[in-house]
Amino acid sequence: MKIIVVLKMVPDVVEELEVAADGKALDTEYLRLIANELDTQALEEALLLKEKYGGTVAVVALDAPEVDDALFTALAKGADQAFKVADGDAALSTRAGAYRLAQALSSVPGLLPADLILTGAQAIDDLDGLTAPLLSHLLRLPQLGIVTQVSVDTASGIATVLREFAGGVRGEYEIKLPAMLGIQAAEKPPRYVPVAKVLAARKSKAIQSVPAPTMADGGWPVLQIEQMAKPEVTEHAQMLQGTPEEIANQLCEILAARGLV
Amino acid sequence: MPDPAIFNYLGVAGHSLLWLLTLVSFLVFGSRVARHIRVLARARSENRWDHIGKRIGLVVTNVLGQRRLFDEPLIGAAHFVIFWAFIFYATTFFWSLFRGLVPRLAIPYPDDVAWVAASVQLIGVLAVVALCVAAVRRYFFTPVSLERSWDAAIILVLIALVLLSSLAGAGFRALAVAGSESSSGIAGFLGAAFAYFGASPAGAPMLYLWSWWIHMVTVLGFLAYLPYSKHLHLLASPFSVFFASLENSKMPPASEGASCLEEFTWRELFSGLACAECGRCDRACPSFACGDPLSPKQLIHHVKQLVLATGSASSDSRKLLGKTVQPEDIWACTTCAACMERCPVFNEHIPLVIEMRRKLVSEGQVPPGLPEALNNLARYGNSFGQSERKRAVWTQSLGFKPKDARKETVQWLWYLGEYACYHPVLQGITRSLARTLSTAGVDYGILYEAERNSGNDVRRVGEEGLFQLLRQKNTSTLQQAHFDGLFTTDPHVYNTFKNEYPELNHGRHPIRHYTELLASLLDRGELKVARKLPYRVTYHDPCYLGRYNGVYDAPRIVLQALGVELKEMPRSHGQSFCCGGGGGRIWMEEVGQAQSRPSESRVREAASLDGVQYLVVTCPKDYVMFTDALKTTGLEGKLFVKDIAELVEEAVAAEALAA
Amino acid sequence: MAGNVWVIVEQWRGQISEITYEVLALGKELATALACDLQAVLLGHEVKRLAGSLGKADCVLCVDHPALATPVAETFARALVPLCRARTPEAILMPLTNVSLGIASLLAEELGISCVNFCRDVRVVDGRLQTRSVLYGGKMEAMVKPAQTPAILGILPGVRPPDDGRSEAAAPVEDVAVEVEMSSTIRWKCYIEPEIGDVDISKQELLVSVGRGLQSADNVAVATEVAEALGGAVCGSRPVIDQGWLPLSRQVGKSGVVVKPKLYLAAGISGAPEHVEGMKNSGLIIAINTDEQAPIFHVAHYGVVADVMELLPALTEAVHSRKEVKSHA
Repeated sequence: MKIIVVLKMVPDVVEELEVAADGKALDTEYLRLIANELDTQALEEALLLKEKYGGTVAVVALDAPEVDDALFTALAKGADQAFKVADGDAALSTRAGAYRLAQALSSVPGLLPADLILTGAQAIDDLDGLTAPLLSHLLRLPQLGIVTQVSVDTASGIATVLREFAGGVRGEYEIKLPAMLGIQAAEKPPRYVPVAKVLAARKSKAIQSVPAPTMADGGWPVLQIEQMAKPEVTEHAQMLQGTPEEIANQLCEILAARGLV
Repeated sequence: MPDPAIFNYLGVAGHSLLWLLTLVSFLVFGSRVARHIRVLARARSENRWDHIGKRIGLVVTNVLGQRRLFDEPLIGAAHFVIFWAFIFYATTFFWSLFRGLVPRLAIPYPDDVAWVAASVQLIGVLAVVALCVAAVRRYFFTPVSLERSWDAAIILVLIALVLLSSLAGAGFRALAVAGSESSSGIAGFLGAAFAYFGASPAGAPMLYLWSWWIHMVTVLGFLAYLPYSKHLHLLASPFSVFFASLENSKMPPASEGASCLEEFTWRELFSGLACAECGRCDRACPSFACGDPLSPKQLIHHVKQLVLATGSASSDSRKLLGKTVQPEDIWACTTCAACMERCPVFNEHIPLVIEMRRKLVSEGQVPPGLPEALNNLARYGNSFGQSERKRAVWTQSLGFKPKDARKETVQWLWYLGEYACYHPVLQGITRSLARTLSTAGVDYGILYEAERNSGNDVRRVGEEGLFQLLRQKNTSTLQQAHFDGLFTTDPHVYNTFKNEYPELNHGRHPIRHYTELLASLLDRGELKVARKLPYRVTYHDPCYLGRYNGVYDAPRIVLQALGVELKEMPRSHGQSFCCGGGGGRIWMEEVGQAQSRPSESRVREAASLDGVQYLVVTCPKDYVMFTDALKTTGLEGKLFVKDIAELVEEAVAAEALAA
Repeated sequence: MAGNVWVIVEQWRGQISEITYEVLALGKELATALACDLQAVLLGHEVKRLAGSLGKADCVLCVDHPALATPVAETFARALVPLCRARTPEAILMPLTNVSLGIASLLAEELGISCVNFCRDVRVVDGRLQTRSVLYGGKMEAMVKPAQTPAILGILPGVRPPDDGRSEAAAPVEDVAVEVEMSSTIRWKCYIEPEIGDVDISKQELLVSVGRGLQSADNVAVATEVAEALGGAVCGSRPVIDQGWLPLSRQVGKSGVVVKPKLYLAAGISGAPEHVEGMKNSGLIIAINTDEQAPIFHVAHYGVVADVMELLPALTEAVHSRKEVKSHA
């Protein structure tokens, strides 16, 4: 089975995010990027599928700061190939990113067609669309999102997939391969790969560079970001103070006032 | 008296018989020992030949002096006697054997030399008493983890036989020589006793011969049995002590981890052979005590079985992990080293644990909680998953800015450790110490955002690659900073900086725990106690400060200077009972049943002391673990946890408050 | 008519989702500001009967087709394409939930128009649409204007009070014929219900909710005691369910249950957007967390910075004594 995983680097929100001087973008001085969390889930799912059904896993990402870390980690975890698409700055446009990826995937010989293309169901910076449906449209593949379970009948080329709705309800689908899936959660938590293995991957393996696509953008209308700012904190809870016993009593008063106790 | 070697038995001369038996015995013994050595030779090498003088000293104290056995005084005394009886009896045995094998030699038997015979009889009687003590303890007051195995029973019987046959021989000899009236010493007493029960002086020589042969055959048989039984420790333990680890950090040598025989070092495997299955390690282990899957004794036992069972086929994939040892056994260890502190034969349980953890980590098989902590450590330099830029946030409500050791030269670099910096409750204690030191005029500085986790627990978890990364980063940061000495509030940082950062140490920078610094400040009067604190407290020795690095006095000096009344817990100093947070366990999910975790056991121990108000700690993990334990045991309000820094500030600051 | 504001009605398993009314309320405001009509687009099969509650709109476009009986996003997007091309709406407001996820992106690509996600609010500024979109897990907001219209706007739950989108009026319904085929590559099979267990938390009036701040499964017992004392039930945030401390039926949030109890006691919950979505309309929200910066304190009515393991037992006691007093009174 040939599986491709699409990874995106997104701002690491552990760091305090600041706005740049122009007020329209993130300040990059202390900005760190990290692989989109759901893309890491997608990678794990891909590796689990590879363990189950055999085959290869290729990881593809647009070039961005710290993307090498993510790609070498993927290789250390068990991915077979890693590709980095040059000149990948899609500047908060998931659509531009998907467009570049579609062209890049098509340009690498032997990469497409793949049986499955996995990526995270969404990312924290998907302002103008989600990668999975966008890419699936450009590559003319069927797509399902918010997937939490995948099993494949390799003989018939059909995958059975579970997807999340609301209220804990899930839906079961069958999807014909080749297909694109937006992963919400892998069937196991993402595996740990020791630092020594990642360092070894850095030495022994290579990330293949894919040249920047030369074709023009897809021609969709641009989004104008007028302003970016930290959310205004308008509301805050009324804070209670005291010892646990005192607070417990205050809470009882509050509940009693509403007839709840 | 008949000469056993010359006497004819059914036409065969005694010494011929003896030769035959001796050859068989030695052959069996020798081939088995040779086989063990061959197996060990297949393992990784490890150099334990340094500091020969020190090693000999260890053997003198711990083998000849049996020092560690006296932690359990009664059996310690008994074993001491049995050991020295063994020494005596081994000497006389070989003497007798030599003489028996070569009758032409013009030397007497040991039985013929009066003072030798008398000493041997005396120690023999003492040994019989000691043996009874040992047997009664094993069968009627069985301590935890001491087994009533067939092996143990056989050995008790064999020893008894050796002793009794020798004493009986002495008694018959006395009877034969002096007639039933003689009563010199123990032999005489026994002779008289035999006579009382109907033995005649005429028949005594024959009985003496019987006794002699029973004795020799038993010992020869014992010798052959030895390398097949747990009594191999007799042979192996002097070597295990001689080849003991001389360094503090209890780390195995560099490796990719170990699970099968060839991946361990010979010394790691040797622990299996030297083990006497006494169970002291289990009795000391905090994880074992609270029902966790870990048993240090079982671990060593599995290693022993690995060594004993490995066949000659080299493709034998006999391994420990996944077979006899399960990952959860390995992850339950807190690396507190209580086992290694007590082991009379200086076995090394912790290197075994770490070797296997390295193996599990290399395969990505880590328990829940650990991947997140390790990923955070690799990315942010702390296990909390907080930005490295927030490391100095604790200074914000301090009122003054500590010096930045990256930019200016300071006398003391204060390496805080991640708990002191990021944990919301501990930040208050950090500030407390900062104020105290400033008041005392100590010239100190911190590294602000450049500080990273020192890597001590990362190493203990088996993530050696991450440790190297952290150490590299920290070493470079420290080399660029300007300071004379370094002190830290975290014993884990202390341990790794002192023992595992060669670029940092080499004596260039003194490394101190903050209690050592406080002790010297109080001693020199640079820190003045304004009022003595009228509290009754107890003190918990942190594993990485006490057992690992021998710092027991400094905190006590500080407490004394503060004027508090210190009541020691039953398990103090080297016997201190781990809080359960070390070895990366504070990152992993809790195992074991609630209500019986090590931290809970420890706070109950503290609370059992009459009138003690405070449990004083000098390690941030202890603070966190014990504070939680007070809640889950319901002891909140009856006992409080205090960091020593809080008490110091209280005692010192009263002056400022008054002013 | 060209240039209208459309609201794509989210109907799921025969019911119109709450978020639809929130978006209708927003749509009405925008339509008024742009001086055009608000049209509700109702897609599905045999769903015409649902059109009655969409009175806030000026007109309901009912796209009823057997192919739309199953929840396949591609089919819904394909059904909308010719409609959008024919009617050229000014703005297409799409609810952003698990049910409708993905339709907006596909539609935007097919039509070659802008898509703006994560909208917390939309206003008309200088005659043009401007959204306030959430980014980076809630850490930043961007004011975004699509350069051209039509534009698809993905609207987050909670944009307006749902009651503002309900109306007693009956909007005229227009049946729209559409040619759409069922996907040949995706086949819908069935729904898998979570094990309900003994409690349906969406029907509880008093909920005690636990999050990662509780630190271990054993500690959930402390929350259970409070819940029992109050006469309510225990529920939890996603990480708690993922860890197995509570069953799936107790999950509150975007992928779980949306609850509106009279009391929601959030213990050790940080307040991530996906969770808040599931409980923010609760009558009384009380949050307990050791981190005073936790986002939950912006959603709660009352907050306590304290250790859950200290406070909850004290609360249980206080509730018990109060109830005892009452029963003896």
